[in-house]
Amino acid sequence: MRPAREHYREVVQRTPFHSRTAAANALNLWHRWRDYTVADAYVDVGLEYVALRNACAVFDLSPMTKHRISGPDAAAFVDRLVTRDLTRLRPGRVGYCVWCDDRGQVIDDGTLFRFADDEFRLCSQERQLDWLLRSSLGFDVAIREETAEVAALALQGPTSCAVLAALGLEGVAGLAPFAMRSFPFAGAELLVSRTGFTGDLGYELWIAPAHAEALWDALFAAGAAYGLKPMGTHALEMSRIEAGFIQAGVDFLPADHAVRTDRTRSPFELDLGWLVDLSKPNFTGRRALLEESRIGPRYRLVRLDVEGNKPARDAYVYDDKRNVIGAVTSSMWSPMAKASIALASVRQPWGRPGDELWAEIYYQKELKWNRFNARCRVVEGAFYQPPRRRATPPPPW
Amino acid sequence: MTEGPPVVVIGAGHNGLAAAAYLARAGRRVLVVEAQGHVGGAAVTREFAPRFRVSSVAHLTHLLDAEIVRELGLRRHGLEFARTRLRTVALAEQGEALVLDGNRIVAGAVPDADRAAYGPFIDRMRRFAAVLARQHHRVPPRLAWARWRDALPAAALGLDIRRLGRDDMREFLRVVTMAIYDVLEESFASPALKGALAVDAVLGTRLGSRSGNSVFSYLHRLGGGGPALPRGGVGSVCDALAAAARSAGAEIRLDSPVAAITVGGGGVAGVRLESGESIAAAAVVSSADPKTTLLRLLGARHLEAELAQRVHHLRSTGTAAKLHLALSGLPRFRGVAAGDAGERLVLAPSATYVDEAFNAAKYRRYSSQPIMEITVPTVHDGTLAPAGQHVLSAIVQFAPYDLAAGWDAARGRFQECVLELLERHAPGIRGQVLAAELLTPQDIERDFRISGGHWHHGELALDQALMLRPVPGAARYAMPVAGLYLCGAGCHPGGGVIGAAGRNAARVLLAGGSP
Repeated sequence: MRPAREHYREVVQRTPFHSRTAAANALNLWHRWRDYTVADAYVDVGLEYVALRNACAVFDLSPMTKHRISGPDAAAFVDRLVTRDLTRLRPGRVGYCVWCDDRGQVIDDGTLFRFADDEFRLCSQERQLDWLLRSSLGFDVAIREETAEVAALALQGPTSCAVLAALGLEGVAGLAPFAMRSFPFAGAELLVSRTGFTGDLGYELWIAPAHAEALWDALFAAGAAYGLKPMGTHALEMSRIEAGFIQAGVDFLPADHAVRTDRTRSPFELDLGWLVDLSKPNFTGRRALLEESRIGPRYRLVRLDVEGNKPARDAYVYDDKRNVIGAVTSSMWSPMAKASIALASVRQPWGRPGDELWAEIYYQKELKWNRFNARCRVVEGAFYQPPRRRATPPPPW
Repeated sequence: MTEGPPVVVIGAGHNGLAAAAYLARAGRRVLVVEAQGHVGGAAVTREFAPRFRVSSVAHLTHLLDAEIVRELGLRRHGLEFARTRLRTVALAEQGEALVLDGNRIVAGAVPDADRAAYGPFIDRMRRFAAVLARQHHRVPPRLAWARWRDALPAAALGLDIRRLGRDDMREFLRVVTMAIYDVLEESFASPALKGALAVDAVLGTRLGSRSGNSVFSYLHRLGGGGPALPRGGVGSVCDALAAAARSAGAEIRLDSPVAAITVGGGGVAGVRLESGESIAAAAVVSSADPKTTLLRLLGARHLEAELAQRVHHLRSTGTAAKLHLALSGLPRFRGVAAGDAGERLVLAPSATYVDEAFNAAKYRRYSSQPIMEITVPTVHDGTLAPAGQHVLSAIVQFAPYDLAAGWDAARGRFQECVLELLERHAPGIRGQVLAAELLTPQDIERDFRISGGHWHHGELALDQALMLRPVPGAARYAMPVAGLYLCGAGCHPGGGVIGAAGRNAARVLLAGGSP
């Protein structure tokens, strides 16, 4: 394996599962995620989505940026880094969190795995090593990126627990949401966390790259009876919008990428206020967020139920058909919700739950452009949230 | 006197004592904790050889705030000047030394054109310097204006510049970021004159004469009443400030180095001394430098990440060494009239010499041909040495803090080099030396607890001045941690024994100010 700083020598890297994902990729459809090439779809996006929602699907998560944070001050360091109170995150648990710059603007969101009192893994969409190192001044902590050292799969969907049980992971059904546990697997250690980006029952599997192919093979052998399919980024994207999850670079601009200061968003403006604990004595962004909680946020992230069946892609959002108050950041036709749904960022005070807004939708039919204003209703919560995603043990299949 | 925990002031230097005095006068309970066994900080008079005393770091006061002297009654508390408005004598190995007195050239061979240009040049620079000096009592403006009120201080600065009139305003805006070398080149021909003026632009900084914004540094030095020698050394300024603070009710505890600023309950809780004793505080006002205060005593973890980084990157490595000589008699400098030996002697034959001396510092070497500012205070002040004997105090540049060879190895060679240079200008001086003390920036860091041994607590340049001093987001004395204030030379208006930072910080605290 190359050292991380040599990454540029190979223009596009292959994940540890590449031999298997390439063989399964009948469409030969790829795109680049960070340094890696990953499948957009294998056979048919619709089928992969249906497998995910009705059986289960596996997604190659290896390019996810992973950082290892350890040392005597690791807990104090992550607590100063993120906006939420992490003192209650016990070893063996995973926490969803968001971190900001001094202006209280979101740099990225991610999941923090606590392995031990002084040992964490932070997974994020964007590379954060620079920010983490710069934030570590005054902390006795070691930080490194371990993206290439860990192969990862997301196994998601209603039959995912049954597949893992069939794989021989004893007691996996007892794993609560946001918990993790290690299992022996073919002479290696397989870390399983009950986490995911689909809003459904699901797990993420973490293993040393040398055992990646064996894991893939074993998983498909065990999953044959449970409708397991490989799934690409397109199907994952559909599921995350249905779940109402936001994505860096899509639904918000990472603060450290922004040139224009008004393009960024605070956690309050991304409907992540529940992750902000202003009673913590200090964290980066606290002073700005305290001030924002006093004067009120500028924007609101809304989930829209859009009239009609046309996705409101990149649509302007209007208040009463006249004033632009924001724009759609993610949109789709949701097969589960049977609705055209969208995530949008709108200026305050618009976008309270139940408010009626309008989206200006452009769509093409046989090369002819059409436009219409679609009535939108601001809905609360995710568009799709089956109870099984929280149940422990999950309902049997 | 109010009850409850005191405001704890860290450091009994001139700024800490000024803050303490103003706070105490306003009725606050004030406790000053000082690491040394005496007050003074870097404005101190110490015995460096038996019966020979010297101003250990700052050896002249150019900028001491007249308002503070008046308001705190420092003359009543013992402050006296042995000499004010010292002349500047530019040492020359050959011929008559150049002597500058205010805006006049009173001796030395310079072209007539230079002699004629000198007065208008100095007058104009003084007008520019006055614009900067007028900011000394102002809390620097906020950079992000949440309210119109916040824009007013910035507007006041703009107005001060505008009030210079069209021609001066243009010239001010043109030269303030320039290198002193280029400005001097436009105005004068005499190398000796340009060398002497260039020294004023780089003393105490990590700048050469060809470095950008050395004019700003020059204007900073020019903004006061001219070089003066307090009787009893610069330490007597702090003795008077201490007396003023005590008479207003402040308590000063010596030999009490602070180990940490403690936090709790959403703000500063107090200080913990190196002895282990904890002192609860209503507020903590630190005259220690920003890095020491925020990164070492408070700890970066109590700051937000970007601010901590900015403090970490504050440019604060010193380049100025001090040489102190105990002399058996008055040294005789070549070309200097006998009566001028007690003036401010400057060793820098040309502006190019200044820049070449600086070159070494860029590459972490000391200058083998350093520049010097020399005073022999004993000419005017008999309290510093036995009768008939003298003290020589010299600022010697450049002697970078981060010397590649390490100061332990290089100290002897550097001192030898400086003595050699002195001998060339004052033949026989080596034979008069009874004792010598060399303070490198590392010694200054150790003795005076200043990170990097930089006597301005951070380079004084436009990128670290006004609302950018010490760093953006912490330039208004109140720090982001509630109840913590900075009041030292690392704050606006900076170093040079002014006292205004202490006064401003006290005012901000009393007004309940926020960053």
